[in-house]
Amino acid sequence: MMNVLRHRLFWPIAALLVLVIVNTVARPSFIAVTVQGGQLYGPLIDILRNSAPLMLVALGMTIVIATRGIDLSVGAIMAVSGAVALTIIEGSPDPDGMGTVLIAIVTGVLVAFVLGLWNGFLVSVIGIQPIIATLVLMLAGRGIALLITGGFITTINSDPYRFIAQGYVFGLPFALYVSLAAVAIVALIERRTALGMLTEAVGINPEASRLAGVRSRGIIWAAYAVSGLLAGLAGILYSSNIMAADANAAGLYIELDAILAVVLGGTSLMGGKFSLAGTVVGVFTIQTLKSTITFLGVPPAVSPLFLAIVVVIVVLVQSPRLRGWVARSTRWRVRPAASRDTEGSEVAPS
Amino acid sequence: MTDQSMLERPTLGTAIQRFLSRRASWVPFFAALLILVLMFAGAQAYFGNFLTPRVISSLLLDNAYLLILAVGMTFVILTGGIDLSVGAVMAFTGMLGASMLRDGVPAPVVVPVMLVLGASMGLGVGVLVQYFDVQPFIASLAAMFAARGLAFMVSLASIRVDDAGILWLQSTRIQAAPGSWFITPTGIIAILVVVAGALVLAYTRFGRTIYAIGGNEQSARLMGLPVVRTKLLAYVVSGLCAGLAGVVFTAYTGASYPLNGIGTELDTIAAVVIGGTLLTGGSGFVLGSMIGVFVYGTIKTAISFLGAEQSWTRITIGGLLLLFVVVQRLIVARSRRR
Repeated sequence: MMNVLRHRLFWPIAALLVLVIVNTVARPSFIAVTVQGGQLYGPLIDILRNSAPLMLVALGMTIVIATRGIDLSVGAIMAVSGAVALTIIEGSPDPDGMGTVLIAIVTGVLVAFVLGLWNGFLVSVIGIQPIIATLVLMLAGRGIALLITGGFITTINSDPYRFIAQGYVFGLPFALYVSLAAVAIVALIERRTALGMLTEAVGINPEASRLAGVRSRGIIWAAYAVSGLLAGLAGILYSSNIMAADANAAGLYIELDAILAVVLGGTSLMGGKFSLAGTVVGVFTIQTLKSTITFLGVPPAVSPLFLAIVVVIVVLVQSPRLRGWVARSTRWRVRPAASRDTEGSEVAPS
Repeated sequence: MTDQSMLERPTLGTAIQRFLSRRASWVPFFAALLILVLMFAGAQAYFGNFLTPRVISSLLLDNAYLLILAVGMTFVILTGGIDLSVGAVMAFTGMLGASMLRDGVPAPVVVPVMLVLGASMGLGVGVLVQYFDVQPFIASLAAMFAARGLAFMVSLASIRVDDAGILWLQSTRIQAAPGSWFITPTGIIAILVVVAGALVLAYTRFGRTIYAIGGNEQSARLMGLPVVRTKLLAYVVSGLCAGLAGVVFTAYTGASYPLNGIGTELDTIAAVVIGGTLLTGGSGFVLGSMIGVFVYGTIKTAISFLGAEQSWTRITIGGLLLLFVVVQRLIVARSRRR
């Protein structure tokens, strides 16, 4: 029993289960899944489908955070990739053609990949703090997306493109397969090769891992590139869902949701050990929470308040001081910050 | 190195070099000032009618709220933290103030309430950061979410402000002659905040402790400086400034809208960084942040002069931010080597 309690995924999963149970008690239709024409419908399916963009972004964010970084530009990258893809489709003579749509998607994702490379270059080669390096693109990215769409909201009609976010395969939304595939690929690469361990090594102590022969520069660079790539895919999914490229609204605040999902999943913002399964749970928790808030009849605009309450609860639960109080430790006066600071200063290159 | 240059005859070059090596933390400030002057000169040469008293005066008027936010943000960044909540807190205090004014509460009561509200949101962030070991980024993010949600809770629609006292802050133009320089009470407030911020940072125990913490928190603690109290106070100052910015912004727009100030936290951080404050803390000046705000305002004005899309503002700010961060990086690398 204690082992279950101590498992690091216990609290994230418990939180998700509590949310689902509360929802089910409040409205029994919540877990109802109806079948119409061989396709599954229901609130749970909606949550799975709508969480796809956040899932992709949060996966990339997990890797970046594991290297002790952060990527604020994902929302802006989503806006850019959506704008690129839709502008290509809009400009083509055959918007329904499979070839056109494929070219649009590949180009959009490639542009996002290049933007991710740029972030990685700033962080790993120039050595700029991750928050600022990605802030540059966060500020400029939406402007670039607006330039691509010419300041308008590009709308298109293209059935293959619509299929990405709204289509069904074997009774389940296609978007779900995309996010599952991304989770599987990232998990395979990170956990079935040494890359995951090396990423954690870089996050725990960049200098020590470099001295130990880990190519930390390349690993950090790749983390941002992957984050950009996944954000680009998320941008495609998002724009396919609304069939429009809205440079201002696409992926707005998704970087915050993604960071929250990662933290909810038990990955520390200090870098190092990361949990992809935790991130997946965190993404579902956030999406369920949003669905709950909508169900409660709270205006969507007020929903940030609930997110804030959840963030505060989560960080307080994780906070060493509160744990100390709960455990009634007599030594709670020992400042945990002090020990962390010493670790931090040892890392700084002399 | 200093011995040699003392023996040599002081030429202009060596004088500058000596100044730069002794006052390395001022270099980004002068770089920002140089950029501002170059931008003024370039805009004047291009448009011909840019450097008029009207344009320069409205630069202060239009960015008074940003200037106030930047002063508060400078305090937080100097301690090595960050405050993402300022834009949302500004919107929330503005909404609450406007709704209280609508319900007939007199302005002399409303304004202190707005200030206290802002300060207490800052205190909340500070407590999370200092007592519960939450990273500033996450703590202020929670405050940002909370304030934005609370702003919408006050009202989903915008609230007009009819109070004569609040509108007076914006509509009064203290001006020598028509068409010449002018300043509004909001501009005076902003300037006063800058002066107060600069004096506090330079000459009070609190201000010097902020620099000490930003330089090395561990050393500051070992020196016996009140680290906990000072860091808490830095966030309170930032929250207070956000509350004041709420007052000024409400006066500026004559109404409050819950979506006010989205992205303002990024503009503020960008202005502070462009003004030469190191994000790692410990080095920077309120005056630099003021220059940063003016650089931001000048870009905005120049782009509206050009008639180009406002999306270029963000792109240009992003580019400038990059330039300054790289410059800072080089300076830090140089000072490390010495």
